[in-house]
Amino acid sequence: MKVLGIESSCDETGIALYDTERGLLAHALHSQVAMHAEYGGVVPELASRDHIRRALPLTRKVLAEAGCTLKDIDGIAYTQGPGLAGALLVGASIASGLGVALNLPVVGVHHLEGHLLSPLLADPRPEFPFVALLVSGGHTQLMRVAGVGDYEMMGETLDDAAGEAFDKTAQLLGLGYPGGPAVAKLAASGDAHKYKLPRPMLNSGDLDFSFSGLKTAVLNLKNRAGPDACADIAAGFQLAAVDVLAGKSLAALKQTGMNRLVVAGGVGANQLLRDRLNAEASRRGFQVFYPPLALCTDNGAMIAFAGAMRFAHAAPADGRFGIRPRWDLSELRAPA
Amino acid sequence: MKILAFDTATELCSAALWLDGEILSRSEMAGNRHSELLLPMITDLLQQAGLVLGQLDGIAFGKGPGSFTGLRIGCGVAQGLALGAELPVVGVVTLESLAISAGVDKALVCLDARMNEVYSAAYVRQGDGLVCLLPPGVYKPDQIPLPDDGGWLGCGSGFASYRDSLTSRCGHRLAGMQPDIHPHASAVARLAAPMFQAGLGQPADRAEPLYVRDKVALKTCER
Ligand SMILES: Nc1ncnc2c1ncn2[C@@H]1O[C@H](COP(=O)(O)OP(=O)(O)OP(=O)(O)O)[C@@H](O)[C@H]1O
Repeated sequence: MKVLGIESSCDETGIALYDTERGLLAHALHSQVAMHAEYGGVVPELASRDHIRRALPLTRKVLAEAGCTLKDIDGIAYTQGPGLAGALLVGASIASGLGVALNLPVVGVHHLEGHLLSPLLADPRPEFPFVALLVSGGHTQLMRVAGVGDYEMMGETLDDAAGEAFDKTAQLLGLGYPGGPAVAKLAASGDAHKYKLPRPMLNSGDLDFSFSGLKTAVLNLKNRAGPDACADIAAGFQLAAVDVLAGKSLAALKQTGMNRLVVAGGVGANQLLRDRLNAEASRRGFQVFYPPLALCTDNGAMIAFAGAMRFAHAAPADGRFGIRPRWDLSELRAPA
Repeated sequence: MKILAFDTATELCSAALWLDGEILSRSEMAGNRHSELLLPMITDLLQQAGLVLGQLDGIAFGKGPGSFTGLRIGCGVAQGLALGAELPVVGVVTLESLAISAGVDKALVCLDARMNEVYSAAYVRQGDGLVCLLPPGVYKPDQIPLPDDGGWLGCGSGFASYRDSLTSRCGHRLAGMQPDIHPHASAVARLAAPMFQAGLGQPADRAEPLYVRDKVALKTCER
């Protein structure tokens, strides 16, 4: 079964074609990062306007790269939420129109389920059950994943998301947006142990996170230490964030008695985090899985894949659609 | 010529089939339920006419100006349908649909644009079509551009929402008002038919809303 995936929840238009037999056939992405950079952050109205210009050309590109035509598609999946309402609506409308025209089933996918299952697009892929660390620009969660649609939240951030902390730190240090890669790059030339930054809630005894204090510590340090210290601050911040993310992930594995950890979301692209988790994995004898690097941030492939997991009994679309800008992952159920 | 047309620019959600000059249509006051209503309306019409999309010659949608959410739904659905059925698309200006529905020779159209503004334009009838005298723009009601002469019918929701400022702005130029007329898919179809005939249909990828209100945020350097 070949599923067309359409992602448009925020500032990336992602389209992909996934085949349940042959795997990912092609995917294409347009990032709006440069457009929003001039505005200092994502402007929802401009994001929506850009999605509607990009989606079809990307779709044609994906089909061409996969050597397929529209007639080869067996189902369509789009990101139904959570995300920016106008942006979601673009993907939802196009998917639903296309579904009616081709008389195909259409499913709305939860964006975070997309992220959560994206490591299953890698080789080797993890078996269920596993512990998932979901770390993106909007989310920081530890989840127990028993199967598709069977998710139990074990802990989450009480304030900023980890990606947000990277982005805000980048801003404080005068780096661009998105901040994650920029902070990581600057950190490479800094001394992570020059300044001692806090590890918020590392020993709180639960699996929750907090990153706003770390951001404040960066601000204070920057004011005190001056501009020359930026690389050392970036390195110190990155190490603190990684310490907390890794520490809590280990605690979650211990608490569940599981030996598989899956890392998903944009911050999962961070090399220091990967190095640390890989080292812990070989030392402690658990396995750690990541999505392919290109599929860490928002993309259509994860939506096509998550959609494919939910198609089994789907009927052709009746054309009604709706979006869910706010949508808790815990509301999902396993497919019937 | 057979055309599917729809309009989602205002709270009225409508769809129509143009069958060589004959029109079948559906409409409903949708509030914010366009995404639930539009495609079922379309499949319903096709079923009634015993047609499938592939037998049509094109798809027309009301491209705006209007509610941004409505425009996105209309344009997205047009893109999806046209891509899947491999049909050409035309976008019809919402204010033109209003003008042609009014059925008068001279229409001064003002659609409520919220934020104390209106989308306005002026059209003169010529044969079966319209000539645009004042192009679509977004203005404060007391600042809309005006035609020089009189005998204009003021149409569209702007004349309900900003009745006083618009009537005093237009003065003697207004011969009457029709504030409760909405852009409708039947009008979209009537305007689109000659466009398709003239070969103005475009590939689905090119379908885009006409927002008119284009300054939606300030760049960091403009703050
Ligand atoms: N190498 C990296 N190191 C640290 N953070 C990174 C790296 N690469 C990307 N990020 C961060 O990942 C985030 C983007 O990830 P992603 O696209 O998954 O999330 P999002 O769309 O912002 O949020 P969500 O998916 O939760 O709605 C940004 O905050 C970015 O700074």
